[in-house]
Amino acid sequence: MQLTLLYFARLRDQLGQDQETLTFTGHSVADLLELLRQRGTVWADALAVEQPFRVAVNHSVVHGPHPLADGDEVAIFPPVTGG
Amino acid sequence: MESCAFSVQVQTGRFDAGSEMAALASRPDVGAQVCFIGQVRDFGDQSGVMALELEHYPGMTEKSLLAILDTARQRWPLSAARVVHRVGYLPLGEPIVLVLTASAHRRDAFAACEFIMDYLKHDAPFWKKEHTQAGSHWVEAKSSDQQAVQRWG
Repeated sequence: MQLTLLYFARLRDQLGQDQETLTFTGHSVADLLELLRQRGTVWADALAVEQPFRVAVNHSVVHGPHPLADGDEVAIFPPVTGG
Repeated sequence: MESCAFSVQVQTGRFDAGSEMAALASRPDVGAQVCFIGQVRDFGDQSGVMALELEHYPGMTEKSLLAILDTARQRWPLSAARVVHRVGYLPLGEPIVLVLTASAHRRDAFAACEFIMDYLKHDAPFWKKEHTQAGSHWVEAKSSDQQAVQRWG
């Protein structure tokens, strides 16, 4: 499946990119995070389980092993600080 | 109740609170309006803040804000509500966010305004960066903002 990945704020700065298209053979957000962590130390640190980042799929925040489908937009970002 | 009475907007420019309130006041069932404005102050995670830089997630932001207004409508009998949130580079003293609520009675308008603001800070995908003389840094999320939404049950 093809996924669009978006990164925001501090995470975008850490990872050095704001957007990418990924061909993905896994099934869930958990699989995706595991794949991204294998890209190297920066990714493994930024997306470590103890980090307080959030994941949104098609504009809704999801938790746990949320399933992914072709064409999904997956955003990864720090806890929000607006207002 | 018209759906257009509940609206949100994200923009870089300033908002005009007076004209926004006048638009809500024209509804005949409105007996009370509450207006909250958040603005850039000179201290945050660090002192000597000269400006904030705000970014957001276009699309999700608007959806998230509308969902908050929907929840507020289910809890209080609101006639109208509006959120305007600015993004981009905002120097000290600049307004950041406007929350307006209108209802037949003041208690509902007060409570809904505070509820919307608490959930905006908790759910809406905005991020602040503080600029000081020493440099710039991303603002950390606060546990007090987490506690603020928990009190609504």
